[in-house]
Amino acid sequence: MKNETQILVVGNGMVGYKFCEKLKKKDPSGAFKITVLGEEPRPAYDRVHLSEYFSTRSADHLTMAPKEWYAENNINLVLGNPVVSIDREKKSVTTFSGDVYSYDKLILATGSAAFVPPIKGVDKDGIFVYRTIEDLEMMINQAQKSKVGAVIGGGLLGLEAAKALLDLGIKPHVIEFASRLMPRQLDEAGSKILQEKLESLGLTIHLNKNTSYFDGDATVTAMQFADDTRLELDMVVISAGIKPRDEVAKKAGLTVGPRGGIEVNDILQTSDEDIYAIGECALHWGMIYGLVAPGYEMAEVVAENLIKEHSKEFRSFDMSTKLKLIGVDVASFGDAFGAEEGSVAITYENKDKGIYKRLNLSADKKRVIGGILVGDAESYNMLLQMVNNKMALPPDPEDLILGSRGDGKSEGGNAGVMNLPDEALICSCEGVTKGAICGAVTDQNVTDLAGMKKCTKAGTGCGGCVPMVNDLISETLKSQGKVIKKVLCEHFDYSRQELLDLIKIHEYKNYDVILDELGKGDGCEICKPAVGSILASVWNEVILKQATIQDSNDRFLANLQKGGTYSVVPRVAGGEITAEKLIVLGQVAKKYDLYCKITGGQRIDLFGAPVHQLPDIWEELIDAGFESGHAYGKSLRTVKSCVGSTWCRFGVQDAVSYAIRIEERYKGIRSPHKVKMAVSGCVRECAEAQGKDFGIIATDKGWNLYVCGNGGAKPQHAILFASDLDDETCIKYIDRIMIFYIRTAEPLMRTATWLNKLEGGIEYLREVIINDSLGLNSQFEKELQLLVDTYHCEWKEVVENPELRKRFSTFINSDESDETMAFTEMRTQKKPANWKA
Amino acid sequence: MTNATITTTDTTWYKAGTISDVPENGGACAMIQGKQIAIFNFTRRNEWFATDNLCPHKQQMILSRGMIGDMSDEPKVACPFHKKSFSLKDGHCMSGDDYTIKTYPIKVEDGLIFIGLNE
Repeated sequence: MKNETQILVVGNGMVGYKFCEKLKKKDPSGAFKITVLGEEPRPAYDRVHLSEYFSTRSADHLTMAPKEWYAENNINLVLGNPVVSIDREKKSVTTFSGDVYSYDKLILATGSAAFVPPIKGVDKDGIFVYRTIEDLEMMINQAQKSKVGAVIGGGLLGLEAAKALLDLGIKPHVIEFASRLMPRQLDEAGSKILQEKLESLGLTIHLNKNTSYFDGDATVTAMQFADDTRLELDMVVISAGIKPRDEVAKKAGLTVGPRGGIEVNDILQTSDEDIYAIGECALHWGMIYGLVAPGYEMAEVVAENLIKEHSKEFRSFDMSTKLKLIGVDVASFGDAFGAEEGSVAITYENKDKGIYKRLNLSADKKRVIGGILVGDAESYNMLLQMVNNKMALPPDPEDLILGSRGDGKSEGGNAGVMNLPDEALICSCEGVTKGAICGAVTDQNVTDLAGMKKCTKAGTGCGGCVPMVNDLISETLKSQGKVIKKVLCEHFDYSRQELLDLIKIHEYKNYDVILDELGKGDGCEICKPAVGSILASVWNEVILKQATIQDSNDRFLANLQKGGTYSVVPRVAGGEITAEKLIVLGQVAKKYDLYCKITGGQRIDLFGAPVHQLPDIWEELIDAGFESGHAYGKSLRTVKSCVGSTWCRFGVQDAVSYAIRIEERYKGIRSPHKVKMAVSGCVRECAEAQGKDFGIIATDKGWNLYVCGNGGAKPQHAILFASDLDDETCIKYIDRIMIFYIRTAEPLMRTATWLNKLEGGIEYLREVIINDSLGLNSQFEKELQLLVDTYHCEWKEVVENPELRKRFSTFINSDESDETMAFTEMRTQKKPANWKA
Repeated sequence: MTNATITTTDTTWYKAGTISDVPENGGACAMIQGKQIAIFNFTRRNEWFATDNLCPHKQQMILSRGMIGDMSDEPKVACPFHKKSFSLKDGHCMSGDDYTIKTYPIKVEDGLIFIGLNE
């Protein structure tokens, strides 16, 4: 082995992972060989969003990077094997299983554990900490037999845990030792507002409570308090603070703080210069940083210093936070309590709306030095920037928390971000400045958030800076004179979404009227099919009433193929077909000399029909009980299924029956682009549902619903949306997502891209669909039901209507076939001649 | 069916069909003297156009099934195969390729459509 430096990382949490990512990026030639030893059985996951595990039940969803990432980056990842000792002489560590790993540089990223206060009975069953996915799984189990639960600790983590209990259907009591909630971040008044808000949401808050002991036999049944009160309950979650994991460091003789934490200097070296500590286990000038952003900064400092010695120092880190606690915005920034001498506070309180804002001004009243926001934290990012960049106050500082009033319009919320200095740190997780963000727009032609994330990583961490990043992108574009408004084409100055809303409001049903009222000119091949699709999605009338605005395939309800012939695809719901129907397909194919092929969507495609024969072919098919398969439409194509529990010895649900039910429900619904679905009868996933717009996979309790996947040129796996759904709930979710997609996507945008571009991504989609955050779900369901109720087989309409049928002619002045159509033979079937040009 | 013909100077006019044969704001194909002619009923502009039915890009007999519209007020048809657009006025390709299609004189009299060919 050539001069590789052996880097050993102990701990595979968020910070440990981030360190690997950063070092790998800085070291493309591979001068450092990284080995990671993790205690938990799975690779690093996002602990900040741990509570999402309750809705998704998917560890994958939280994973920072899959195991393959480590392998691809030549990182040796060893999981489920904690380090038990460090031999500083030999420069090696020993794991629980007895394996020995040597190092040149050792990085301790051991994180922290929940602090468990030494209360009598704390070791009883039913008492949990809230830290790992395993903790959560145990809580989920206990919750199934519990009604009442308590959380010890009214801080940030405690309230997160209370939210988790709420999600598990348990009435949570929050027990706080101090006289107010979130004592480290909020003052008395802010805390009071938060408390009232949380109580109205079903939490019971107990302040000034000191727990004497836990009662119960093996399992906890009650908490007894020092004031002689008592709370009967079924489970307890302890979230009373964190305790740095410094035990191995301490055993190895490294200096640790009196109250825990591995002491580090400004380049994060411990008392041994070859050993570093980063994240929540590190004690930097008496301070443990229990947030992810400073942890990431520590990872950056160490990685940078390994590349270039002593090139970067860790500075004390801003502990400002903004978060949504059970739906309530809470933020605390800078000098939140106005501890600076002579500082003055401006406060605003609205008990009715549950809003509290406090702004601390410097003694000379020239700057904001910190503040608190409860109930409405929209101005947090801007205020924090004012603090960090020591920006001058406006003449009426109260405008900062009240918005400017009276004289007409304010300066505009967005314009403010452009006043920030270039070095202002916008994304603290990834250390991206305003200058870097604006530079990406001007120099690298980034125009949207997705591009920005790719280019600078800004907004990829906690996501808190996303609104500001968006503002910077749009303001920078604006300053370049590039106002990007998504319009359909030269004929309509509206986006698809705007057009859909207008069409609905005015109840327009005719393209020409829409063009007259909302557009200009004579239309084109972009706006015509887009409006055609909108009209079909909204009113579901027979599309051939306006045949000439439909795209190539829709115009003749068949797929235009090379040579100018069409292919015919009847619906075979779920891929289930009888022998009788197979025979009919064979007879029709034979009679009209059609090429036969099985499609990827489990049905049969008949190719080579000239346009004038289409109605005759369909007449025969419809007589035999077939209907249109909409293979030509931007609409539901097929619901693929595996054979499921009816035949398969592994199946746990009847995939075919469910697939047929789904296909029957959504057939014919037109959408911005084609939609594919699949149902698999067990986890083996033979129907490849995770590659579909909607994928449904059976579990022993019901169905897991995956959304927004696709194959094609840029394959993307569907994301687990919700787990263990019953038949009805799964359909309800699909109903809602379908309409939300139909309403908001751009023309010809598949669900995968739609989700990629949806601000807030899958979490936002869950908020809308599961928690009804927009309050539109009942309307979504009604709209979808209208489409189901107005379903019609388009081919039946044509076959039975002589006027429509007449349009299916090759020539208006002759009944002949187009003699220029040329076919050759291949494997005994016909095929069109090759392109001539 | 025999085509009714009217001859003026050097253009011979052939009857292609009746106006109801061609959908509003759409096209249809007629066989004139062994030639496939695409006929467009541009109702919005109150104009009729006739061009080759052949798209020169991949030599496909298809343009009559294309979608019509305008680009900066110039009437055009887009080929359904690969969306190449051609001017209905002079047949030049408006989507940046070096193709041209032929256009033909067209007139409507008493509900009948006539296409003019130069012999």
